[in-house]
Amino acid sequence: MNELIKLSAAELAAKLRAGETTSVEAVQAHLDRIAEVDGTLNAFLHVNAEEALAVAAEVDAIRAAGGAEAEALHPLAGVPIAIKDLIVTKGQPTTAASKMLEGWMSPYDATVIEKIRAAKLPMLGKTNLDEFAMGSSTEHSAYGVTRNPWDLGRIPGGSGGGSAAAVAAFEAPLALGTDTGGSIRQPGAVTGTVGVKPTYGAVSRYGAIAMASSLDQIGPVSRTVLDSALLQELIGGHDPKDSTSLPQDLEGLVAAAQTGAAGDLSGVRVGVIKELQGEGYQKGVQARFNESLELLKNAGAEIVEVSCPNFKYALGAYYLIMPSEVSSNLAKFDGVRFGQRVLPTEGPLTIERVMGATRAAGFGDEVKRRIILGTYALSAGYYDAYYGSAQKVRTLIQRDFDAAFEQADVLISPTAPTVAFELGANDNDPVAMYLNDVATIPANLAGVPGITVPGGLSEGLPVGIQFLAPAYEDARLYRAGAALETLLEKQWGHTLISQAPAIDTASIAQEA
Amino acid sequence: MSNYTDELVDFDEALDRYDPVLGFEVHVELNTKTKMFSDAPNAFGDAPNTNVTPVDLGLPGVLPVVNKTAVEYSILIGLALNCQIAEKCGFARKNYFYPDTPKNFQTSQYDDPIAHDGWLDIELEDGEVFRVEIERAHMEEDAGKLTHMGGAAGRIQGADYSLVDYNRAGVPLVEIVTKPIVGAGKRAPELARAYVAAIREIVKNLGVSDAKMERGNVRCDANVSLMPKDAEKFGTRTETKNVNSLRAVEHAVRFEIERHAAVLDSGNKIVQETRHWHEDTRSTTSGRPKSDADDYRYFPEPDLVPIVTTAEWVEELRSRLPEPPADRRKRLKAEWGYADKEFRDVVNAGVLDEIEATIAAGTSAAVARKWWMGEIARLAKAAEKEIADLGVTPQTIVELNSLIEAKKINDKIARQVLEFVLAGEGSPAEIVEKRSLAVVNDDDALGKAVDDAIAAMPDVVEKIKGGKMQAIGALMGPVMKATRGQADAGRVREIVMEKLGL
Repeated sequence: MNELIKLSAAELAAKLRAGETTSVEAVQAHLDRIAEVDGTLNAFLHVNAEEALAVAAEVDAIRAAGGAEAEALHPLAGVPIAIKDLIVTKGQPTTAASKMLEGWMSPYDATVIEKIRAAKLPMLGKTNLDEFAMGSSTEHSAYGVTRNPWDLGRIPGGSGGGSAAAVAAFEAPLALGTDTGGSIRQPGAVTGTVGVKPTYGAVSRYGAIAMASSLDQIGPVSRTVLDSALLQELIGGHDPKDSTSLPQDLEGLVAAAQTGAAGDLSGVRVGVIKELQGEGYQKGVQARFNESLELLKNAGAEIVEVSCPNFKYALGAYYLIMPSEVSSNLAKFDGVRFGQRVLPTEGPLTIERVMGATRAAGFGDEVKRRIILGTYALSAGYYDAYYGSAQKVRTLIQRDFDAAFEQADVLISPTAPTVAFELGANDNDPVAMYLNDVATIPANLAGVPGITVPGGLSEGLPVGIQFLAPAYEDARLYRAGAALETLLEKQWGHTLISQAPAIDTASIAQEA
Repeated sequence: MSNYTDELVDFDEALDRYDPVLGFEVHVELNTKTKMFSDAPNAFGDAPNTNVTPVDLGLPGVLPVVNKTAVEYSILIGLALNCQIAEKCGFARKNYFYPDTPKNFQTSQYDDPIAHDGWLDIELEDGEVFRVEIERAHMEEDAGKLTHMGGAAGRIQGADYSLVDYNRAGVPLVEIVTKPIVGAGKRAPELARAYVAAIREIVKNLGVSDAKMERGNVRCDANVSLMPKDAEKFGTRTETKNVNSLRAVEHAVRFEIERHAAVLDSGNKIVQETRHWHEDTRSTTSGRPKSDADDYRYFPEPDLVPIVTTAEWVEELRSRLPEPPADRRKRLKAEWGYADKEFRDVVNAGVLDEIEATIAAGTSAAVARKWWMGEIARLAKAAEKEIADLGVTPQTIVELNSLIEAKKINDKIARQVLEFVLAGEGSPAEIVEKRSLAVVNDDDALGKAVDDAIAAMPDVVEKIKGGKMQAIGALMGPVMKATRGQADAGRVREIVMEKLGL
């Protein structure tokens, strides 16, 4: 394995700046790694080798020439990145892991992609996900499952399993994810990586294919807290194309990560959410969580218990609001203007029947399930009882957060109740799969930011620790997250990801 | 195609037994530079699917952004309709699958329109005033335009295929909804026309819409129901869609009243449905069933934030309101001293602005009216143009008029000069100079022409001498011919009298 791929984004960036390596070398090393392991993992739906190498060569040329242009390069220039295939990109296919968009090329770039291009990060390709980001396992991709690099028989989490697995397997140092109910954080937890859902509106959603508009948020995926901070500072900021984007930039994220890395949390109040532990959480998960609390306490943090009594309604409210928005957001996929068009095999070719046949063939079962749920929840006569009530719960959850943040600067919980489950384990029990997001969903409903940091292993599989902060206070996540990362690594004497087993590419038949 | 077989009852007879209740939904397309939620140009008549962005096509990943000017125009409309302006309002999604709607939902307003609870006084021709209550005016986006190819009737049913042009998709609309209008009786069709005319005039006067009904800038859905006299409960209504001329609005309401009466007379029930209007037969046919339970699964648009209207903003917009058209008409009629019919003709010809500007530039009200309603109207008709589009400026009229008053040209020459002005030959004075069109007042030249005419027409001369003074007219022809029409007719007459010793 080329040692370049083991570097964090910050380390690689430093080497590039120092002229110790080139972006072309770094990109090629990652492409080689993808070639080596991705036939087994299936983290990538599309590999963008040619363009990535061209961008890398451009960065190298600018650096070699020196002068003002080299000085003006973004700190992450030349560091490769993978993109969740829910985010539209010119020049590469965007599928949302759905048959519906097979072969579709976006004529425009998402705002985050424009920023990545402007900063000259070579894009390695597009990563796998649950179809239209609906799932917690990446088993619901129309293009095959992604495997967890820690255990090829297990799920990498979802929906952003591709981005998390790619970063965990050293196929990329950085990736973009999207988080609607935990799709960045839960895969981060089960793959031993870092993932951040920023404050709602901190990163433009323009160009992220909408699942549930009021919950979706693009965020960074990485192996270190500092790398996520670097990436969020790059992709964040107001976007006039997204009316829900925050008017102000969130600043000081990298600085907060650097402060936190000293491992000192004196005076920081950390609130343990009573409702997000105990029953339903695996013993190993709870044990790692408790150990982290001890470390934080020893580092000067004041541990307080907070209660968020309405969190028990979060999952129910989420599974009304999210499908309602899904049912409307996915209406545009009808075969009329773009993507797949499927004609009915018999009967007249009316527009209704062509739309129907297209949607029947183009969407997978989980997507259809949510469209049907949402259509029902918004129907006349049911709206108040379902969508209306769920919105009230949402307000109550926001109030719970407000009250909790009176007592604590950041909140803490396990990111997911279990370690990665086995592929196929929840095939016939969607609710069991939905329960995986029980700890991550409240942040989406309230719009507050959350981070997952590797918290150790249980049964040889990663456990994630989640911090939550008040809206706009993403910097607190980076400080607390970096502190815990430092404290744990000091205790272990190594990073968690360095303990991941070698990927046995021979065990899984290479897919064509 | 309009294969209606409905029985009708004579209009007057129908309204002897029933009271009509009306209601209107008028869609006004705003003339903002860009669309409601994207920066694509809002323009009419361009090549199909050229004024589109990824947002207008509803491509995956796109997000809407509200056009602030469209919001301001909507508030202006609300204020002109004496509405309350919502302090906070939002958009909602109206979900339905149809290929002219790129997202398969229309972004509209649902339970919190930007303007609500207003009124408008409608004056009918004889001066009777009806107050129409406005329930709401809300913002939304237009759909694309479908053209159904093959099949019958240009409808989607039975078409071989359909073409869709998304240039119109996302054009800002304001939908103005009335409360039920009761008490119009036999004047219902007239009121319907006058109401839509008033809305058209208001939005045009505000400058927020091009207000051309033939282009669909103003579109009317007309709701009609009948209830027996003395009844308290409204009858079942029908909604005649897209009635897109003032005349058609009047006819559609009249037709539906006559049709409803026949259905009710026969003991049957009116089906709550939409109706299609057919201009060729001036009749409606059944559309689709419409119930109050149509389920569009409205919910708040999560991609947009609420619109907050501060008192300062609303007052600033209120200060921009022009004088209401009805008030202005009253004022101008009094100022100009036109008779009722004269004034009505001026209004109907749509030259109020032109006459006002011409008077302001220096002519009398009578002269301005003579020109605009006379020669200019004739030229416009010949050119098949709107009078206002002909390109005549008030300054031209003022100049022509002063040339006439100075006796440099006569009326006939002035009309010719106007045509030369429109042909781009210059100002009236320049044209008179260049083309030597000044009236011939030169007595020598006129005297010679008169002598020639007298010599050529001895019989006419005899008649004149015999006291038939109107026979002088027969001499005028050759004189005018000799002077190429530039002779001053009064002076010619005087010279003839002198020469004949009368």
